[in-house]
Formats: sequence, structure tokens, C-alpha cells
Amino acid sequence: MADILQAVLNVGFAFAIIRITTPIAFAALGAIITDLAGTINIALEGIMLQAAFWGVFVSAITQNVWLGLAAGVLSGLSLAAILGYLNLHLKADLIIAGIALNILAAGSTVFFLYVLAGDRGVSVSLRSLVLPSIVLPVIAEIPAIGAIISGHHILTYVAILAVFVLHYLLYKTPFGLRLRAVGEHPVAAQSVGISTVKIKFIALLLSGLLASLGGLFISMGYVSWFSRDMIAGRGFIGLIAAAVAGRSAWRTLGGALIFGTAEALTFVLPIWGIASELTNMFPYVITLIALTIWGRKRIRSGKRQIDNTSGDRKF
Amino acid sequence: MYRVNLFQLLQIVSAILIALIIGLIIIFVVSEEPFRAAYYLLFGPLTRIHRSIEWIHMTIPIIFTGLAVSLVFQAKQFNIGAEGQFLVGAAGATFVALHFPPIGGLHILIIALAAMAGGTLWGAVPGLLKARFAANELVSSLMMNFIGFFLALYLVNHYFRDVQAGFMVSYRFPLTAWLPDLTIRPRLHSGIILAVIAVGLIWYFLYRTKWGYEIRMVGMNLKFAEFGGINVQRVVFYVQALSGGVAGLAGAVELMGVHHRFLWTSMPGLGFDGIIVAILARNHPLGLLFAALFIGYLRTAARLMERRTDVAAEVTIIMQAVVILLVTAEAFLQHWQRRRKEREALLDG
Repeated sequence: MADILQAVLNVGFAFAIIRITTPIAFAALGAIITDLAGTINIALEGIMLQAAFWGVFVSAITQNVWLGLAAGVLSGLSLAAILGYLNLHLKADLIIAGIALNILAAGSTVFFLYVLAGDRGVSVSLRSLVLPSIVLPVIAEIPAIGAIISGHHILTYVAILAVFVLHYLLYKTPFGLRLRAVGEHPVAAQSVGISTVKIKFIALLLSGLLASLGGLFISMGYVSWFSRDMIAGRGFIGLIAAAVAGRSAWRTLGGALIFGTAEALTFVLPIWGIASELTNMFPYVITLIALTIWGRKRIRSGKRQIDNTSGDRKF
Repeated sequence: MYRVNLFQLLQIVSAILIALIIGLIIIFVVSEEPFRAAYYLLFGPLTRIHRSIEWIHMTIPIIFTGLAVSLVFQAKQFNIGAEGQFLVGAAGATFVALHFPPIGGLHILIIALAAMAGGTLWGAVPGLLKARFAANELVSSLMMNFIGFFLALYLVNHYFRDVQAGFMVSYRFPLTAWLPDLTIRPRLHSGIILAVIAVGLIWYFLYRTKWGYEIRMVGMNLKFAEFGGINVQRVVFYVQALSGGVAGLAGAVELMGVHHRFLWTSMPGLGFDGIIVAILARNHPLGLLFAALFIGYLRTAARLMERRTDVAAEVTIIMQAVVILLVTAEAFLQHWQRRRKEREALLDG
């Protein structure tokens, strides 16, 4: 027990939690926008994967990390745009289209990795770059806190900034009001001249933007390569984090932190001699438990019943 | 009951054609030998008898996972957990194959039961969580995939691993755990018969039994089903559990028929093929047979193409995604349908 406590109660572990939470937080923030707009982006996972790949590839080819970032974001946005077009114009089922786009991303990244770089599943021959880390002036000097908060990857700070921006955008601007109106009562919103299609499309694009950044963090920060299916469910975990946390950017960040902590623990548990296959299950088990507790709470408050998938549905 | 809708058929055929064209365009852009690659993609499985048999072998597990997914889809519930159920089923099958006394005939039966038990358990979890706690089954079944995958790896690595094999595989199954073959050389195992029987049984179950009726009712109109006295919670639970059992059985058939040892170190993707097949067949068991043959053909052709040319097999995954996207897009081709209806209306008038 003492050794576990020692591993958990230190500066390095707190630093690791923030690091590991970053991609989940991006996905969760993307999820909250679409949730408020009354739509859902199941393709977050695929968008993250796609962005992770194109970021790595373009940064390796151009040897310019910012071009890599731009390429990753563009590729993720295009996937989100496809989802929006399919769902809003061609009336495709939102969930099935999302699943299909996840499959598309899983297949196309592996395919293009082989075609463009000759690598099978892992980008071994690509000399890709990572985005810089930032040492915060002044804060870095504070004992303990400095070591926890300073020195993170630039996208980690972007994620924290995104919480502020999103909170402002969703709750303090006319656009945010319209977006929430579309989510709460689309017919009423339409009757006062708000285009629900346009708002939902923008919401999907914004979620795509945030998810792309989450994917880029993983392949150009968390590690410095691309490997097949490297997102490993984080997009979905982000969806759950947002659903559990409720309709606020701040609470969503809190939700993401819970799952980030769970994942960080998987690196500590092997100290007890638990096999790595079993510790790898941990984040998914936690997600399952959180999903259950949350569903139960909603049943008690009478908000939720068993549904089937005809018609719009939410998490 | 089920009438073939001309428009739906047209939509599926044109979706497949468009996907095919996209696939061919990609091949011609990336390949140094595009004609050879296109030849294998289009005709590969038909060029030799053993390749056709590979096609049938490929189709068998997809029929099972497709049946599993479509059962749940019939109740308009979601299920992307067939992948994990397949793997847990396969792990259960491996346990019994290696530890149960090898008695001819009986051995196969018990392996199949063990695999179904494993898959049922894995499917029951999302079903139970949905029925009792209204927990979203899409996410819970996906989480069960990861958990099942790591569980199977754990079991194989720690209990069944053949250390002399050089890579991570289980011990080889005894001969009593092999499915009998239909032909000797090239070998075709009898799993296809089991798959066709399963299609018949599920069809009967869905359209001729009270349980199947309840499942379809919950899918068609949940409120109406409730008013009609159907216990929706119970249906939501048993449809997921049953589906898990079918997907688990797929794992056993695949191991007993083809590999004769547990050998997966990454997810084989057969559960996801099941989703594609179920969507293509609009969840009908008989349509499933054809959809599975199509996806199996594509997979076999892709493998051949990858072995023989410079094009990676994943091009077919891109094609499959395009097919689903177009098939699920309701408004795709609707213009055509509207015009036809207008013409019919004029003629009637």
C-alpha cells in the first residue's frame, strides 16, 4: 500500500494526470458543443485518429510542425463536415454514419500510411515532429505547483484555454444562445428564424476541430509517431465524460479529469504485480461504471427511460 | 412480412457501384500495377478453387456476427460489441478445447457451448446495464470490446500460451476439437453448414416465435409494445445476451474450423463486418447471407490483392465505409424515387 501511495502522491503523478487528460478533455469539449446543439458526434474517435495520422505525415514530409498541425486539423474538419452533410442534407442516421466514419478513418489511415510511407501499422519510417512544450514564466518557479502546471505540451494549454473560450461562447454570446435554443427546442428556434441545420453543422465542425487537436496531441506530443487505432476509445470516453458531467464546459473538464486519473492509474497499478492486460482494462471499466451510475441517477430523477433508436436520441 | 423493395435494392446496388468506383480510382492513383490489383480486387476469389474456398471460410464468421448484430438492430437497439463477444467466445472455446477430455463429437459440442456462454455473458452486460440503468448500450458495448480483448489476451498469455511457438498463440487444439471437413484438398470445413442452419434458426426465431415477435415490436414501436404488455426491459436484456451468444459461437467456429488455436493479438474486425452486413441486409436473416458473401468476397479479394500486388488490403475498408454511408443516407437517390412516384400517380389518375 505504501508504495502505491508513494507513486500516486507525488508531483510526477499529478503532472501525468494533466497530460493524460488532455486528449480526453478535447474530445469531451467537442461532445458538449454537439450535445448542447441537440446533435451527437459519434465520429469523434475517427476524427482524432485521422488528425493524428495526417499531422504526423505532413510534419514528417515538410519538417514543419505547424503545417502538420494545420493538416491534422483540416483532415479532422473534413470528416466532421462529411458527417454534417450526410446527416443534415442526405438524412443519414447520425449514429450509423458516425460509426461508418470511424471505420473509414481506421481503414484509410492504415492504408495511406502504407501507400505514402510504406509502413505497416506504425509510422517507423516517418521522421515526424512533436509540438513544443511550454515552460510558464513565474509559475514554473513555485515549488511543487510549478512542477505540476508548467512544462506541459502546448496543446494542453490550448485545451485549458478552450474551456474558457467555450464557456464564453456557449453562455455569453448570441451564437451560444442560438445553439442552445436549437438543442432545447428546435421548432421554437426555427420559428424565430434560426437555421437549425446551419447551427448543427457549425456545432459538428467545432467538435471536429477540438477532436482533431486531441488526436494531434496524441501523435505529436504524447508520443511522437502514429500507430493504427492509437486513439483506443478516447473519443468515446470523451463522449461519456461530457455526458456524465452535464451541460457546462467547466464540469466537462472535471469529468475528463476523472477519466484521465483512471488512465494514469493504469501506469501505477503494475507496482502491485497486476498483469498489464488487466491494468489496460481499467479505464474502460471505469467508463462502464460511470455510465451506469449516471444512467441510474437519471432514472431516479425521472429524466430518462429506456429508448430505442427511432427518432433523435441523446446520451 | 418482408417484400423486396425495388428502391432499396437500387440504392444498395448503386452504393456498391459507387464504392467500387472509388476503390478502383484509389488503386489507379496509388498502384504501380493498377490493372493487376484491380483484377484481383474484382475477380480474385474466383480465379482458383482454393481461393473460392478461402472466400467461403471468410464468409462464415461474418454470417454469425452479422446475425448477432442484426438481432439487436431488429429491436432498434445498438450493438458494436460483437467484436469483444467474438474474442471472449474464442477464449472460452480455447479453454475447453485444451482442458476438457478429448471425446470425439462431444468435445466440439462443449466447445461451442462454452463459446456461446462467454459471448452471452459479454452481451448480457450492455443489455443488463441498459435494461436496469438506461446506460447507453452503444458505449457500453464498445467498452466491453476493449475489456474482452484484454481479457482474451490475458487468458491466452497466462494460461494457454504455447511458449515454443515463437509468437503469442495458444496451444494447438486436439483433433477432437476440429470441425469435420466437407472436402479434403483444398479443405473446406463444415462451418458453412452451421452458419446456414443458424440463419434458418434466427429467421424462425424472429418471425415465428413470441420472443422474436417481442423483439421486432420493441424495434417498431416501443410505446405500442409497452401498451401491448411486452416487458421492454426484459426484451432489451435478452436480445443483447442472445446476440452475444451468437457472436461468441462465431469465435468457436472460426477456431475449430480454420485456425485450431487462438492466435489473435489485435482485434480481427469481424464484429465490425457484422455491423456492415446487418445494415446492408436491413437486418433480415436471408439478406444477411448475401451481404456476408459480398463482404467476405471483398475481404478475400483484398487479401489476395495485398499478397500479390502493392496495394494494401485496407482499401476495401474505405469501400465498406462508403457503402454504409450511402446506404444509410435516406435522401440519396430520393430524387429519383420521388419522380417515379409522381409518374405512377399520374398513371393511376
